[in-house]
Amino acid sequence: MSTELPVQQKEPSSSTLVAALAIAGFLSGIIIITVYLATFDTIAENKARELREAVFRVIPGVTQMQKLRFDGEGLVVMPQDAKDDENTVYGGYDDEGKFIGYAIVNAGPGFQDTIRVIYGYQPDQSKVVGMWILESRETPGLGDKIYKDAAFVANFDELAIEPTIVTVKKGTKSAANEIDAITGATISSKAVARIMNEAHAVWAGRLPRPGAEPKLPSVDQTESEK
Amino acid sequence: MASSKTSAYEEMMKGLWRDNPVFVQVLGMCPMLAVTNSAINAIAMGLASFFVLVCSSFLVSSLKRWIPKQVRISVFIVIIATFVTVVDYVLLAMVPAIHKELGAFIPLIVANCLILGRQEAFASRHTVKYAVMDAVGMAGGFMIALFSLGAVREILGEGKLFGFDLFGSNFEPWVIMILPPGGFITLGLILLFFNWVTERKKRFLEQVAEAERSGA
Repeated sequence: MSTELPVQQKEPSSSTLVAALAIAGFLSGIIIITVYLATFDTIAENKARELREAVFRVIPGVTQMQKLRFDGEGLVVMPQDAKDDENTVYGGYDDEGKFIGYAIVNAGPGFQDTIRVIYGYQPDQSKVVGMWILESRETPGLGDKIYKDAAFVANFDELAIEPTIVTVKKGTKSAANEIDAITGATISSKAVARIMNEAHAVWAGRLPRPGAEPKLPSVDQTESEK
Repeated sequence: MASSKTSAYEEMMKGLWRDNPVFVQVLGMCPMLAVTNSAINAIAMGLASFFVLVCSSFLVSSLKRWIPKQVRISVFIVIIATFVTVVDYVLLAMVPAIHKELGAFIPLIVANCLILGRQEAFASRHTVKYAVMDAVGMAGGFMIALFSLGAVREILGEGKLFGFDLFGSNFEPWVIMILPPGGFITLGLILLFFNWVTERKKRFLEQVAEAERSGA
């Protein structure tokens, strides 16, 4: 066997030990910063693309979007790379730039961890036209059906949000504002409905009256035509 | 020269079966039970651990002369943590969907006792060649274990493998298999099977030896 004994050291001074750790930490820092910078753009791009896909998914017929922010009085158009916060919504428009609906993001506690939901909202009929889960850590096989079960997601394709969304036992959905819960994942199903109700309570008063939605800026249009 | 080649090969093979980190040493149980609810997650976790373990063993073994032994554990952890962070960012950039599934368990590779254990017990005492071969074997064994657990749990728990439907719509998934208890049950059964095979092999070799003795 070629077992080598570790190199014997004669009691190194504390400064040697500190220096060894400092060098290790310094080199490690350099490597991490390099990797962080090298992957930063791709990661940001992925996030933006994911959000874009989610917006297009929850508002059917949308081909263009823009970021809008509530500044206390009304919605103002934000640049695409602006940082998102809880006052951000996304406006969805069709090919001709006609407004179709808003995509609203909200987060709240689920069964295990925070669930982040995005849903499409058409203000003229005050109805939900689609829902997608951006982030969740619900139980695999049960709670994760909130996005894996197509039948549950389809609940939100045409759903009245006034007065509130009500979760009912699976198979008993009768009113326009009711959704069928998932068997075995009632808490997760209810959490989705609650998160959306909370978002609606906040946004109902903030959105401009139907017809007065912010227009798509012409700059954006030429950009998307490229 | 030939003998050193064989033993380097043996260093690798021992991790795959005889000293398998999961089935024999029962190390690295946290990622083992947590991320094996599907085969693809298990493979991703296995590859991430593979990269971290092989790179760390290489570096620890090459730098062992300059690492004062009083601070060796801290230096090992710094090295391991650096590679884990690299893996974390690379996965986030290349395969965001898998990164989302593995979530907190990627950073937790730092605390995987299997990886630190190999640095302390092997890489810091052997030449680079042996250290790398040992790491490849151990990480390969870890990956095999993760995959066998993940595949069993996905097949029984969802009726799928790598997302492909295996049994058609009449199959009722055993939801318990993808929940934590399913992990423990599967691991227990696999350990049972592994020990049974080892025991059988030992008995068989004894019988062969006995037969040879009485024959001679």
